[in-house]
Amino acid sequence: MQLDLAEIEEIAKLLYIRALKLLPDDIKDGFMRLQRAETDPTGRSLLATMVENIAVAERDDNLLCQDTGIPIYNITIGRDVAFDGTALKEAIRRGCERATREHPLRSSVVHPITRKNEHTSCGIRVPVLHFDFDDRPETVEIEMIPKGSGSENGSFLRMLVPADGVAAVKRFVIDRVIEAGGKVCPPTIVGVGVGGTSDLCMHLAKIAATRALGSVCTDPEGAKLEAELSAAVNMLGIGPQGLGGDSTAFAVHVETAATHITMNPVAVNIQCHSARRARATITPGGVAFGF
Amino acid sequence: MTHHVLHMPCDEAAVRRLRVGDTVTLEDWLFGIRDATQIAMFDKGRNVRLDLRGHAVVHTAPNVKRVAPSPDAPVGYAPLCVGTTTSMRMERFTEPLMRDHGVRLIIGKGGLGPASAEAFRRYGGAYLAVVGGAAALETTWIAAIEDVDLDDLNPESLWKFRVRGFGPLLVAMDSHGGSLYATVGERVADRRAAALAVLGATD
Repeated sequence: MQLDLAEIEEIAKLLYIRALKLLPDDIKDGFMRLQRAETDPTGRSLLATMVENIAVAERDDNLLCQDTGIPIYNITIGRDVAFDGTALKEAIRRGCERATREHPLRSSVVHPITRKNEHTSCGIRVPVLHFDFDDRPETVEIEMIPKGSGSENGSFLRMLVPADGVAAVKRFVIDRVIEAGGKVCPPTIVGVGVGGTSDLCMHLAKIAATRALGSVCTDPEGAKLEAELSAAVNMLGIGPQGLGGDSTAFAVHVETAATHITMNPVAVNIQCHSARRARATITPGGVAFGF
Repeated sequence: MTHHVLHMPCDEAAVRRLRVGDTVTLEDWLFGIRDATQIAMFDKGRNVRLDLRGHAVVHTAPNVKRVAPSPDAPVGYAPLCVGTTTSMRMERFTEPLMRDHGVRLIIGKGGLGPASAEAFRRYGGAYLAVVGGAAALETTWIAAIEDVDLDDLNPESLWKFRVRGFGPLLVAMDSHGGSLYATVGERVADRRAAALAVLGATD
C-alpha cells in the first residue's frame, strides 16, 4: 500500500476537529460509572453538568472544551506500507495547520521564550509526532490527542532510588494527585510511568494517561499497581473539579519499562475529564474513523 | 444555600451577600481575561481602555471567528467556543485586579489561594466556580462579543462579552474567608494516611 499524502493531510485535519468535538465511548461509559457511585451532592451536580456538556457539544457541533491543547499525533505503521517519511511528517503538520485556520480553532501554541503565537497550532517540534510500527498488513493508524494544558501542567517526575522501593512510587502518585487537586479538571485519568530513563518514564506516563478506559497494563506487575492506585486515589475525596466527592479519577493507568540497577524513576501525567482522542485506520479498503 | 441573579456591574453589598455554597447567575456583562492579558497589564504596565469597575472576569481565552461587524458582532468577532481555564496560575493578579481596577467577581476553575481569599475579604469579592471543560455549554450563555482590548494578544485579549443567564455558578470562595477548596483540602489531607495505608505505603 502506498500512502496518499493528500489523504493523510485531510485525515490529520479531520482528526483534530473530531477529537475536539466527540468524546470517546469509553469516557462516556466512565462518566456513567462515576455517576452511579458518586455520593456527594456537589459532585453529582458537577458530573451531570459535564455529561450535559458532552450532549451540547454534539448537538451544537461545538468543541467540548475551549482548550484546543497541544496537538499530538501517534502514527503506527504496519507491514507492506510504502511512504516518504519526511513528506508524511509535513502532510500531518499541514493538516493540523489547516484545521486551525479553516475551522477556525484557537491556536494554543506559542514559542516558549517569545510567547509568540503563529495561529497555526504548530511551532518548533509541534505538533508532537510519534512513530511506531506493528505487524498488521497494509495498515496505518493515526491517533490524534489534543492535550489540554490544565491537566498537562499536572506533570511530575521524580528520580527515586532503589532503596525507596515501590512504596515511594505509590506515595509519589498519591501526593501528586493531592497537589494537582482541582487544577487538572477532575475526574481525571492519572497516568503513571514506572522505570526507563527520565524521558521514557515521562513518556510512559503520557501513554498511560491517554489509554482507553478499561484497558489494562500489559505488564502484570503494572496491572496490579494500577488496580491498587485506582482504588486509593478515590479514597481522597478531591472529587469533580476539586470541590469534594468520590469521583477524583476515572482510573489510574500504569505503564512500565525496564530501568537501571541504580534507578527507580516515577512520572505522573494527568488527563482531564475531557479525555479527548480520535483515531483513523487507513487500509487499501479506505479510512475508518473511531476513537 | 441561596440563588442570586446579579446584573453586572454590581456593588460591594451585593457581593458581600454571597456565601460559600450559594449559586449565582450573571446577566448582562462579563469580561474575559487570561495569563498574557494580566502579564501585559500588571508586569508590562499596559493600559486598558475597558472599565472593569464592579464587573466579573472569567479566566478564559476563547475560540473566536472573524466576521463582518454587525449589531451582533460590534467589533467583528463571533464567539465559537468560550470556556474556562485553570485559575491558580493567575493567583498573584487577583489583588491588583480588585485594588486597581475594581473587579468584584472572578470566575474560574480549580480555585484560587490565600492571597486571593485575603483580597476578597478586604475589597469585597468572591470566586465563582464554573465547571471546567464544559465549554460547549458555557458558550450557550454568551450572547455576543461586545468589545475587545489588547487585541494583539489574541486569544488572550481582554474580551467584553454580552451574556444571557451565565450560570448557575457555585460560590466557592466568599468575602468572609470561606473557601470550599480550603475545606476540601483539609479533608483530603486527613484522608491521605488511610489511602497510603491501603497501599502499604505509610510514611
